Amino acid sequence: MSPNAKVPAKKTRGEEVVSGGNQDYVTMTIADQLFGIPVLQVQDVLGHQKITRIPLAPPEVAGSLNLRGRIVTAIDVRLRLNLPGRLRNKPGMSIVVDLRGELYSLMVDSVGEVLSLSNDDFERNPATLDPRWREVSTGIYRLNGQLMVVLDVPRLLNFTTMEAA
Amino acid sequence: MDDLLSEFLTETNENLSVLDVELVRLEQNPNNPELLSNIFRLVHTIKGTCGFLGLPRLEKVAHASENVLGKFRDGELTINPEAVSLILQALDAIKGLLAVLEATEAEPPGDDLPLIERLNACAEGKLAAASAAPPPPPPPPEPVAPAVAAADADRVSLEELEAAWNAAPGPSGTALTPVAAESAPADDPAQDLVVPEPETAPAAAPSRMPVPAAAQANGGGDDVRDQPKESAVAAQTIRVNVDLLENLMTMVSELVLTRNQLLQILRSQKESEFAAPLQRLNHVTSELQEGVMKTRMQPIGNAWAKLPRLVRDLAHELGKKIDLQMLGADTELDRQVLELIKDPLTHMVRNSADHGLETPAERLKAGKSETGRVTLNAYHEGGHIIIEIQDDGKGLAIDKIKAKALQNGITTEAELAAMSDQQIIQFIMKPGFSTATKVTSVSGRGVGMDVVKTNIEKIGGTVEIKSQQGRGSTFVIKIPLTLAIVSALIVECAGERFAIPQISVVELVRAAADSEHTIERLKGTPVLRLRNRLLPLVSLQELLRLEDEEGKTKTDDETFIVVTQVGTYTFGIMVDRVFDTEEIVVKPVAPILRHIEMFSGNTILGDGSVIMILDPNGIASATGEMAMGSEAVTKEAMAVQASRNEDKMALLLFRAGAGAPKAVPLSLVARLEDVDLTAVEMSNGLPVVQYRGKLMPLVPIDPAFILGNEGRQPVLVFADGDRSMGLIVDEIVDIVEEKLVVQLTAERPGLMGSAIIAGKATEVIDAGFFLTQAYKDWFGSSSDAFEEEKTQRVLLVDDSPFFRNLLTPLLSVAGYDVTAVENATDALALCEAGETFDVIVSDIEMPGMSGFDFAQAIRRGSRWQDVPLVALSSHATPRDLDRGRQAGFTDYVAKFDRDALLYTLQQTLSEQKGAA
Repeated sequence: MSPNAKVPAKKTRGEEVVSGGNQDYVTMTIADQLFGIPVLQVQDVLGHQKITRIPLAPPEVAGSLNLRGRIVTAIDVRLRLNLPGRLRNKPGMSIVVDLRGELYSLMVDSVGEVLSLSNDDFERNPATLDPRWREVSTGIYRLNGQLMVVLDVPRLLNFTTMEAA
Repeated sequence: MDDLLSEFLTETNENLSVLDVELVRLEQNPNNPELLSNIFRLVHTIKGTCGFLGLPRLEKVAHASENVLGKFRDGELTINPEAVSLILQALDAIKGLLAVLEATEAEPPGDDLPLIERLNACAEGKLAAASAAPPPPPPPPEPVAPAVAAADADRVSLEELEAAWNAAPGPSGTALTPVAAESAPADDPAQDLVVPEPETAPAAAPSRMPVPAAAQANGGGDDVRDQPKESAVAAQTIRVNVDLLENLMTMVSELVLTRNQLLQILRSQKESEFAAPLQRLNHVTSELQEGVMKTRMQPIGNAWAKLPRLVRDLAHELGKKIDLQMLGADTELDRQVLELIKDPLTHMVRNSADHGLETPAERLKAGKSETGRVTLNAYHEGGHIIIEIQDDGKGLAIDKIKAKALQNGITTEAELAAMSDQQIIQFIMKPGFSTATKVTSVSGRGVGMDVVKTNIEKIGGTVEIKSQQGRGSTFVIKIPLTLAIVSALIVECAGERFAIPQISVVELVRAAADSEHTIERLKGTPVLRLRNRLLPLVSLQELLRLEDEEGKTKTDDETFIVVTQVGTYTFGIMVDRVFDTEEIVVKPVAPILRHIEMFSGNTILGDGSVIMILDPNGIASATGEMAMGSEAVTKEAMAVQASRNEDKMALLLFRAGAGAPKAVPLSLVARLEDVDLTAVEMSNGLPVVQYRGKLMPLVPIDPAFILGNEGRQPVLVFADGDRSMGLIVDEIVDIVEEKLVVQLTAERPGLMGSAIIAGKATEVIDAGFFLTQAYKDWFGSSSDAFEEEKTQRVLLVDDSPFFRNLLTPLLSVAGYDVTAVENATDALALCEAGETFDVIVSDIEMPGMSGFDFAQAIRRGSRWQDVPLVALSSHATPRDLDRGRQAGFTDYVAKFDRDALLYTLQQTLSEQKGAA
């Protein structure tokens, strides 16, 4: 493990994530896989919401919703990760994140607890990982019994590279 | 205090506080070009404003500081603490001057020569010697100014805020409390209630009423001298952070939603003790909403208020004559947007006046009127606000731009060669680009269009430049209605709801099998017959690729068509259902959706759901109909057609003597009278009546007609100047509006010929003939009709409707295709519109542009410069003839000599043909 790759160093609203020690992640599951987003990037966790579809939008954009007077764009993370779409009868949950002043709601299957993870368990993406996953993930945490993929929110929401692909 | 001055003081004080901070930052990061150019711009603004307000002492100091900063920017001087403190001293000096200015409304006497000398020395790189003995700068009035987030602040009338405040119920009891409580007292007034005088430290006074808060804030400051004046100013407006307003707005929206839900519940309950208070809540909420909305909207005229003065001063300074026209000043804009475009607008107007317009001498030389025109025009179009800044100056100098672009190394010769003029023009938006060879105190330092562009793009707008060499340039700013409130029509298509801005909706049509409107298809393309025209239709469902609702099959059974207009293009949008209209606040869509042209934004409806707002412009262009060029062409063609259609004239139908009904252009007829035959007298062998204190000859149409002695007789009165004549007729039949096409030329004198009018063969009388019957000299002698070619087009320019109406039939009878306009401007517009004529007949004395000016304008390289031009005037002295020829007239005809006119036309045209 390279010493440089210890921490997913990222800027979140002007605060630098301090290197060393533990990191807090909001966990979620999508298609039985555990994912995590740094807790400081998360604004809200929502249950099932009424979503307005947006015609002509990229397929990953599920629509938009009203979160206390602000319009939030809902992203179907399954489609973004090249996974099959969610079943209609299974209401999911959403994690609202802020990217450059805009709110996005990441639609996932379920949202779990907040985990405080040691940097020692962090590892870079294996080179053989699915290219799409590698693109949106900063690395993997080895947890007891399972692996957690850390999602990079700006890259997850960067659709331009995806359109080119 | 003068509004302008007080605003200047507020603004400059703010700028100075920003500068203080920025300069210190610059000292720490001397290599930050962004910081430096920001400082430079701020100082430039201060200097510019001082110049306009006639504050030479301030201007000099600012100018000297700007010089030093300019050297920094260009890398000629390195930034060092000495230079920075020198600039800070200059700023302190400015602050000192401002303080005096504020107290006395005049600059203190004296000058700042030592300081300016040191600044100049610094600019020349000789700082070290000068800084050894710094003379004491003028005492700064206040040591510390609270850093104010000036750019983010917004100004709201106190009354509005108070109204909004009072509308909110008190802090106990109702559901509103959290809103009110959160919105004001929670925020520290010291941060948000900033009095226009930033130097007085606002006291933290958590008061409920803004006014006392402001007053106390003032009292808390040390600068007692300013207190009375400032509190007077403060009573008018306070500055409120936009975030706070935004927050308020959101809260109010929430409140509205809650109110709606409550009302919904109330409706389902028959008797409820809540009914009365809820009604009250309802009203209060509406008013609160309106009040908060109002705080955000402002007519664009407010941003223009400074401009007339600015342009006037500029005109003086530059020795130009400038006419500033402002149209659409009441177009409402969101305040935040307004604040952001204010400076760019000012800058662009300044640019137009300074660089765009020529000096009076140059203008005259170029054949334009001495006075240059700058036109500002603001209007809503298809969900955007368009602001045009147009000047009729020399246009952008492409060559200069090219040279400058090469010089600055922005581009290469090879790249330039491949560029269109349009692309080259865009260079003026690049930073540090100014083609003005002389750096004036007005502009030319290259701070300018790049700032304009940056500021406008910041709010999602675009700037478009059009320029025509020698004709002027136009800047079109297009700002999306972001944040603006619009009325929108809510429609449904395939189970999804959309909003269409009401502004582009012309009408709604219901099309169903059982209604009078049905949708027809041309090779699958739907069209609708609407009032004898085919309306192209766009299916929203297909356009947005919406899937059918489950369990529903698509039928054409009942469709609603939203007839939409974009520019000149009208089309129908097919939707399934139409709901009502709603006031919506347009919010921009997320960045990842901005590429979708069909939407101009999205919004939250009253029921809390998110809805997309359709962009009619986007739909129009997506349906392929909207190439800009073709639109312009059709527009022009339509205008030309319209001008032809206007040839229709009102005709008076009457009967006189035997034969067909007769007609005469109504406009020739001054009055219709009923003459008492007993009042008719004989004079010089002709019947006359006393009419309005004068003798009016009466002329019968049929010379054999003998007037009776009693009874009444209808008479058509023709008048020109102080002469009038009565034409005796038997009966006045009707007034119709038709295009006069004389089909058969008459052999009989007094008749122009026959035409079909109101479906009947009608004799059109030649009023001119009868006029000469009454007054032999009305036109000179009458004559026979003569032969001519039928295809020549004549443009008749005459301000007198009488002569226009007289000559139009006369000339059309003589076989010319006549177009008549009432002034030279209209004629020149026809020239612009691409009309062609074989000969132009123009009056000399006309209001506005005279015949001589008109001739000069045409001869000076217009499209019509070779078209023969015949002058028509009541004055026909040899001197006039000379002058006419000099102005460019081919020939000169006395106005009343119609034979001469016809003869001249014939001659001129045959000469022309011979020459060709």
